Amino acid sequence: MTGAATLLEVNGLKKYFPIRKGLLRRVVGQVRAVDGVSFAIRKGETLALVGESGCGKTTVSRCILRAMMPTAGSIKFTIAGSTVDLATLPRKTLRPLRRHMQMVFQDPFSSLNPRMMVGDIIGEPLLINGMSDRAARRKRVLELMELVGLPGAAINRFPHAFSGGQRQRIGIARALALNPELIVADEPVSALDVSVQAQILNLLLDLQDKLQLTVLFVAHDLSVVKHVADRVAVMYVGRIVELAETEALYHRPLHPYTEALLSAAPTPVPGAVSQRIILERDIADPANPPPGCAFHPRCRHAEARCRETRPELEEIEPGRFVACLRANELALRGIAAMTGPAL
Amino acid sequence: MAETPILSVRNLHTEFAAPEGTVHAVDGVSFDVFKGRTLGVVGESGCGKSVTARSILGIVERPGRVTGGEILLQPADGGTPVDLLKMSPWDMRAVRGPEIALVFQEPMASFSQYYTIGNQIMEGIRLHMGLSAKAARARAIDLLDMVGVPQPARRVDEYPFQLSGGLRQRVMIAMALSCDPRVLIADEPTTALDVTTQAQILDLLRELQQKRGLAIILITHDMGVIAEMAHDVAVMYLGRAVETGAVKDIFAAPQHPYTRALLRSIPTVMAKPRTRLPTIEGSIPQPFNRPVGCAYHPRCTEAVFAACRTEPPPEVGVAGRNVRCYLHGGLPGARA
Repeated sequence: MTGAATLLEVNGLKKYFPIRKGLLRRVVGQVRAVDGVSFAIRKGETLALVGESGCGKTTVSRCILRAMMPTAGSIKFTIAGSTVDLATLPRKTLRPLRRHMQMVFQDPFSSLNPRMMVGDIIGEPLLINGMSDRAARRKRVLELMELVGLPGAAINRFPHAFSGGQRQRIGIARALALNPELIVADEPVSALDVSVQAQILNLLLDLQDKLQLTVLFVAHDLSVVKHVADRVAVMYVGRIVELAETEALYHRPLHPYTEALLSAAPTPVPGAVSQRIILERDIADPANPPPGCAFHPRCRHAEARCRETRPELEEIEPGRFVACLRANELALRGIAAMTGPAL
Repeated sequence: MAETPILSVRNLHTEFAAPEGTVHAVDGVSFDVFKGRTLGVVGESGCGKSVTARSILGIVERPGRVTGGEILLQPADGGTPVDLLKMSPWDMRAVRGPEIALVFQEPMASFSQYYTIGNQIMEGIRLHMGLSAKAARARAIDLLDMVGVPQPARRVDEYPFQLSGGLRQRVMIAMALSCDPRVLIADEPTTALDVTTQAQILDLLRELQQKRGLAIILITHDMGVIAEMAHDVAVMYLGRAVETGAVKDIFAAPQHPYTRALLRSIPTVMAKPRTRLPTIEGSIPQPFNRPVGCAYHPRCTEAVFAACRTEPPPEVGVAGRNVRCYLHGGLPGARA
C-alpha cells in the first residue's frame, strides 16, 4: 500500500457549531466538533476513523462529502490528475465531483425510501447523472445487484421485504452505481446482527479488492475496524490523538486513550477482563474542552504539563502519529497484554 | 449444581396474535437463575430474549400473552416456590421491585422527563417500603452514592436530561435496586453506551453482585459482554434456547451448530488486519414465517436429518449442558 498516490488530504479541518441563546439568538459559545484534524488517505486503502460518540468522526466524514461546510481547513481531493479543495469549492463546481465520492449509511432502515422499488433506488444516481436510457440503466442495476450479492428478482420489490443485511447491500449497490473513487462508510454494520455483520464486512473487503476502492470507514467498534482497516485514526473530542497502521496500533498503542479503548472492547474470551483499564468520568464536552490535552482529566499517565500544553499530532516514528506529550516515555499495553496468558 | 435456583423458568411460551398470524416469540424456554450468579441470555434480533424478560415480570404488552409454562420464584424464607404466572396482577406488583427488578436498554426513553431523578427513585421506595418522604429521599441519595453518581445530594434534584448516558444508566440501576430485589434483569444495559462507559457500567454491576449476592439475568446480543460478565448462558434463536450451560464450556466447545457459527463470526481485536470472517449464510427469518422443525435448519451447514425439517429437536443433555439439536440425539424413532 505504501507508495500509492494520495487520494484525499485533509489539513487543519475545523467545524464549529455556534451555541445560540436568549431572545436575540446571540452566539454565546462554540461547539468545537472538529478542531484541527489532518490526515491523508492513499488510493486503494481503507482508513478507519474511530472514536466514541461526540468525538467528531461523523462530522469529519460529512465535511469531506460537503454535506457540511467546514469552518476552516482544506480537503484536497485528487481526481483524474487534478487536485481540488473540497472545503472551499462553490456548490456548482462541486456537483460534477460528487459522483466520485459516495456514502454508505449506518441505518439501512431509514436510508432507503420505502416507496421506491429496489431497482429505482439503485438506479437513481444513474438517472441523475444522465443515464436516461431505461434498458441500459436496468442492465447496470442488475450488474450492481449481482456484485453485492442480491438476487436479480429483487429488482421490483420494496425495501420492507428485505432484512437489515440485504438492505445494507442495496445501500452499497447504490453507492457503487457511479463507480466512485472514494466510499465513506459511516458505521455501516453497527445496526446489523452479528451473523449478518460478518457478511457485510466480507462484502466490503471483496468489493474493495475487485474495484480498487478507497474507503473511509467511520466506526466506534475496534473489533470491526480490525477486520477492515489498513490504517486507523483514533479521535477524541474533535482531534486525532493517534494514527497508525492497524497492526501496530493494536499491538503497541502510543496514546493512553487508544490503550483504554482497546482494553474496554469486550472480547469473546471468558476471563479476559482482568486487565481492563476503567476510565473515570465522562467524555469531555466539546463546547468547553479542558485546557491542555483534552484527555488529561481521564488519563492515568497525566502530569502537570498535560494540563497546560496541548499536544499536537506528530510523527514520532515512520508512519506513526500521536498527540501526547509523554508518547516517548510511556510503555502502553496492546491487545496481547490484555487477554492474559489464555491466548 | 446442588443449590436451588432463585428463579426457574420452565417451558415458557409467549405468543403475539397479529392479523398475519400468531408469532411464537418465546417457544418453550427453560433456564435457572442462582443467587450471586449471572445468567446471560444472548441472541440476535427476534430471538425472544427481551420478551422472555418481560414475561418473567408479567409486563408483556398486548397483543402478546404468556400461553404456557411456569416461572417459579423461590421465596426469601426458603418455602415452596411460587409460580408467578398464576399470581394475580395485584400480587405481581409486590414482586416487581422488591423481588425482581428490571434495567432497561435506553435510559433516556425509560425515565419521565418531567420529574427529577430523585422523585422517580423515591416513588418505588415509598410504594414498596412504606417510608416517609424524608426517609425515602435519604435512601435515594444513598442509592445514588452506591452506584457511583458523584455529588448525589445535588444530583438527586436534577432531571434526566441533565445527565450523561453513563450517569443515566447508573441512576436506572439505583432505581432498580431501590427495593433490594433478589433478581435483577438487565435488558441490554450497555448497548446504547460507548465502550469506555460500558466498561464502567459492567464493572458496577459486577461489584453490586459481589456485595449483595444479586442474581442477574443479563440480556444482550454481544458475546463479548457475555464472556466477560456471565457465569451461565442461554443462547437463543427464534424463540428457543438452543444451548444452555456454563459460559466456559460453551465458549470452549460449543455444541449447537448455531452457537459454533455465531462464535466464529464475531469480529475481535485479536484478528489479523483485513481478514475475512466466517459467516452464517442467509438471514434471520421473518417472525411470521418461521421455518418448520428446527428453526435454524435453513442456515445450518451441519443439518443432516429429515427430522430437522419437520419437528423441533428436544432439549438433550450433552457435556454438562442442554442442547436442542439432533446431532446430539433425540431423533424421533431412534432409541438412545
